[in-house]
Amino acid sequence: MESSIKKTDGQPLLSDRLTETPVRRRQFLQYAGAGAAAALVAWGCKKDNPGPDMGGKGFYFGSGDIAILNYAYALEQLEAAFYTEVISNPYGSISDWERALMMDIRDHEIAHREFFKAALGQHAIDSLAFDFSAVDFSSRGSVLATARTFEDLGVSAYNGAGWLIQDVNYLALAGKIVSVEARHAALVRDLIDNGSFANDEVVDANGLDLSNSPTVVLEAAGPFIKSKIDVTDLPTY
Amino acid sequence: MNLFNIFDEITQVDSEFPERISPRRAAIRNLASMSTKVAAAGLPLMLGSLFKKAYGQQAPTDVTGVLNYALTLEYLEAAYYTKGTAASGLIPAGPGRGAIATIRDHEIAHVAFLKQVLGSDAVAQPEFDFTAGGTFGNVFTDYDTFLALAQAFEDTGVRAYKGQAGLLKGNQVVLTAALQIHAAEARHASHIRQMRRARGGAAAAQKPWITGANDSGIGAAVDPVYAGEDNVSQAGVNIPSLNGIDGKLSNNAATESFDEPLTAEAVLAIAGLFIK
Repeated sequence: MESSIKKTDGQPLLSDRLTETPVRRRQFLQYAGAGAAAALVAWGCKKDNPGPDMGGKGFYFGSGDIAILNYAYALEQLEAAFYTEVISNPYGSISDWERALMMDIRDHEIAHREFFKAALGQHAIDSLAFDFSAVDFSSRGSVLATARTFEDLGVSAYNGAGWLIQDVNYLALAGKIVSVEARHAALVRDLIDNGSFANDEVVDANGLDLSNSPTVVLEAAGPFIKSKIDVTDLPTY
Repeated sequence: MNLFNIFDEITQVDSEFPERISPRRAAIRNLASMSTKVAAAGLPLMLGSLFKKAYGQQAPTDVTGVLNYALTLEYLEAAYYTKGTAASGLIPAGPGRGAIATIRDHEIAHVAFLKQVLGSDAVAQPEFDFTAGGTFGNVFTDYDTFLALAQAFEDTGVRAYKGQAGLLKGNQVVLTAALQIHAAEARHASHIRQMRRARGGAAAAQKPWITGANDSGIGAAVDPVYAGEDNVSQAGVNIPSLNGIDGKLSNNAATESFDEPLTAEAVLAIAGLFIK
């Protein structure tokens, strides 16, 4: 079915519709004040731990719907980076079918990531750096347990952020993505333990799947995100 | 979406369909002849009123309407799995029994939850004919047919909830609950697709996600369930033009990575085949 969203001269719709004023004001404040302090801290960290650019400039999520889209973009970056590593460094016992599934999921997450990047245009945060040191990529158990965590978290994130979205077209896009994440989550769970696709860890007595606020989700994802993110103006509850 | 193809497909499954809608066959012909005169945007409304006459269901326009629309679909799914698990000899011993029981219990929970939310506004449960007038006559005796229809119901359910999100925008309680049910349905769909793949045969190529339009292996009878799932353009972004790992993203990845909504009219047309 044709989306009601129309392409306008090849320009991504989302970036056409953004309200730029709050972002610019915020960025100005970043440069002028807190940003300088953050840069100092980042510089201090860099001496021991040469990592990504920790300056606030690239990782300010924005406000309103833009912040929520950047929040989704960040989570899709995390998932895409993880599955890219899974495929480039597969666990020894991986079967052809499991490899095919993991490659499919990797490509879905890349599609989500690149979609948000294109749609957000100039408002997209930069590429985040991740820390997967807690994952043993040579271990099927470690990889699948991490995948389960990310997929269940992703489902709960979209479910929990839906009502915060103001624009009905963005809400529709979130809806198109979250069910694919739920399909992934069910598959990964079944690979770990067949039949656990929707057990009571993830679906409650009312038959409702997980839902978490952006704050809760980012706390859970935090240990994997090396870059310093600024979610000051991200809607949450 | 080609409305006339949908009519054709429905007619293949439900031969009485043109007779059921009023004013009978002439309406279909009129619709065809009018299509050049009437703006496309007007058609869904007309279609909705036709289906309302045919099946007593209507497209929702407000929160209560969405909840009753959801309740109708959950009634259908709950009744389906309840009958399936009660049919002796249908579901072989093994992990499939546990999985179908899990799904059944979720659908029953969805019915109870929605009825509780709706209170006295809740619609009554319709009577169902899961053979769709004999088209799926072996639905409760043949496991593959049972799983095939289960997949169609789950994938339809996912698309149905997605299509109504806009009417619930900003509603923390109802939209969140609808999204939570929607995700549970997607988990079910993923698992049923794996079960069908494991059975082999026409379903041997099934993946947990939807690839292109109608990847079900069930045939043209369920084309309306998957109509539009081959969309590769999202908010003006052509997904296969984006970079993947080895070159551009594939068309398959583009269709799999986004599930598409269905209008209420399209969903009610599908569900209506099974409502007496």
